[in-house]
Amino acid sequence: MGADAPKATTAIILVARHGSQQLVTAANAEAHRLGLRPGMPATKAQALVPELVVHQADPEADAKALERLAVWALRYTPIVATDAPDGLVLDTAGADHLHGGERAMLNDIVQRLNDAGITARVAISDTRGASHALARHSADPATIAPSGRPLAAITSMPVAALRLPASMVHDLRRLGFDRVSDLCATPRAPLALRFGPIVGRRLDQALGDAGDPIDPLRPADMIEVRRTFVEPIGAAETIARYVGKLVTELCAILEEKGQGVLRADLVCQLVDGRVQAVRVGTAKPLRDIKRLTRLLCDKIETIDPGFGIESLRLAATLVQSVTPAQSATSLLETAEADVTDLVDILINRLGKSALYRLAPAQSDVPERSFIKVAPTAPDTGSSWPTDWPRPSRLLNSPEQIQTVALLPDNPPVSFTWRGARRRVKRADGPERVFGEWWKTDAELIAVRDYFRVEDEAGERFWIFRAGDGENAATGSHHWFMHGIFG
Amino acid sequence: MEQATSDVLQDLRARVAKLDCTAHRVQAVLPFGDPTIDARLPNGGLAVGALHEVAGGGNGVVDGATAALFAAGIAARTSGKVLWCMTRRDLFAAALAQAGLGPDRVIYLEAGDEKSLLASFEEGARHGCLGAVVAEVAKLSMTASRRLHLAAETSGTMAIAVRRWRRQTEAADFGQPTAAATRWRVSALPSEPLPVPGIGRARWHLELIRCRAGESADFFVEACDGEGRLRISSDLADRSLDARDGRRRA
Repeated sequence: MGADAPKATTAIILVARHGSQQLVTAANAEAHRLGLRPGMPATKAQALVPELVVHQADPEADAKALERLAVWALRYTPIVATDAPDGLVLDTAGADHLHGGERAMLNDIVQRLNDAGITARVAISDTRGASHALARHSADPATIAPSGRPLAAITSMPVAALRLPASMVHDLRRLGFDRVSDLCATPRAPLALRFGPIVGRRLDQALGDAGDPIDPLRPADMIEVRRTFVEPIGAAETIARYVGKLVTELCAILEEKGQGVLRADLVCQLVDGRVQAVRVGTAKPLRDIKRLTRLLCDKIETIDPGFGIESLRLAATLVQSVTPAQSATSLLETAEADVTDLVDILINRLGKSALYRLAPAQSDVPERSFIKVAPTAPDTGSSWPTDWPRPSRLLNSPEQIQTVALLPDNPPVSFTWRGARRRVKRADGPERVFGEWWKTDAELIAVRDYFRVEDEAGERFWIFRAGDGENAATGSHHWFMHGIFG
Repeated sequence: MEQATSDVLQDLRARVAKLDCTAHRVQAVLPFGDPTIDARLPNGGLAVGALHEVAGGGNGVVDGATAALFAAGIAARTSGKVLWCMTRRDLFAAALAQAGLGPDRVIYLEAGDEKSLLASFEEGARHGCLGAVVAEVAKLSMTASRRLHLAAETSGTMAIAVRRWRRQTEAADFGQPTAAATRWRVSALPSEPLPVPGIGRARWHLELIRCRAGESADFFVEACDGEGRLRISSDLADRSLDARDGRRRA
């Protein structure tokens, strides 16, 4: 709405016709504060709050927006579905390590949605039902349920958490079933007689006793190929053979469109309705049949075919146009060999953060003198200054040592590190490193004096004194071990 | 009759040689550039398509500082990218650059455990487009090392295992046999004396503990220069064995 958008302090409700009356379908935070709830008649709401802004609900537009969001969520995992009216289901099994673990992934989801102006509640658990309940009814907006015990996670949830129709929840509560634990403790047969099989099924699904397949979303313009089998397949070799065929087909389509894959998903539809997916990513747009097959086949062992795979679908979920490049000829000097394929293989195996190159950063503080860049980043040709020798091992955090040293600018005569006392035979320094005042106030006058020292056995260390040896404000004047020279 | 037997033998030998893919390939080597060291190695240098093992001496078995720099010096003299696999993040890239291995050439790989480290190490050795693959490993079984050696042999990539253990006591593992072509131990020696106070060029005691088709040897060298080259230390080169032993005990 841009500039016309109402202020955050305005109470807004959405209304929709329900039978003969207008009911509130959604209320913003301010309206909630004023006591308006979804389900109450619109006239009553208007009577309660005089300057209420009322909009007609547009479920179709909502559904479309949710679908757009689901397409965005494909960045996390290949299996994403909308959970109308207000949720998304993501099957993140085997995908979380690529985003730095479950907690990091949840934080990332919440952060990115927040940046887009969406307040999200997320939960990870063993089953779709339990995640649905936790995301909507848990106190924590980002919950991770411990694996293996879905019952413990949802037992104290209200009955409404079980994905049952609203009228049924109402009836259950009237009968005295407030929490999921109440339902678990009741014999199933009378419940089924009164409410039909759905209560028992939802309970089983939440506890992981019944299947709960997710029908993954497929954007209309996605490039994909599929193959359905008359007889379900299960052997790794068979899967590999068909993956090879699918990749050939996919690459032919990509060739036609002049595009290459940045991210490809292999989705296996199992006989029992479950869906298993494998995702591979590439550093550069890729259209090479052999390399793409290799990447996918590397991951076949993560597929659990169960009773067999009914159909395989290979989709290029992220594509980029490929710009043809001049390949080296024998006239030119031999170009440096391309290792992008190796990088792709290793990244898909270990996660994106496991592979990197270190590039020089403009900083004199040793631990800040490098930054991680992508392994396939273009060469810069820059390097670190070579005036001062640097140790081949840099301790992750400097360790305090006990020293005997003359102030202000002499190296120590001896020092004790990790319980071993060493006498300094030779020393070089100091090399003064100033704090970076633009980073924090505390570094405004902070100073480190680095010394290179050699003990009697010939081992060389990099030690520093925090402070300049005269002014106590420049540092604690303790000595620290920071590195070991080769 | 005898003629027939020798013919059969000749034929068999030829067939075996055909099966043995390594026999008729000229073994490429990477010389150290110092005649004293190269003379002790078969074919006058480190075999390129092979696995080599390096460990530090003394405290170096835990910190692996000298071993890493020695490996960096070798890797710097190859051409192409270098894959450096590790489980602990304490390598200082600036030091590798000073040994000639610039930041544009090294791809670091951080593995969560030793198993995936070895798998990545092998993948790198098998690929063939890298200049060298270095991995900091603690345990290296015979099977793992044989796989690595075969991978390096087929691709012609140099694989260097920097052996580095968590504790000093675990370093006894270095006595176990592996399939590596050479095994080195690099220990820090007091640096070159300078006429003024300060630390001169670092010096190492370089021990060639095991060498396939060669004899073990030890050298006193000046550590890697800006291009990763070693040099036999001038004032230690001609020292008698007794004096060297005395020095080692000191």
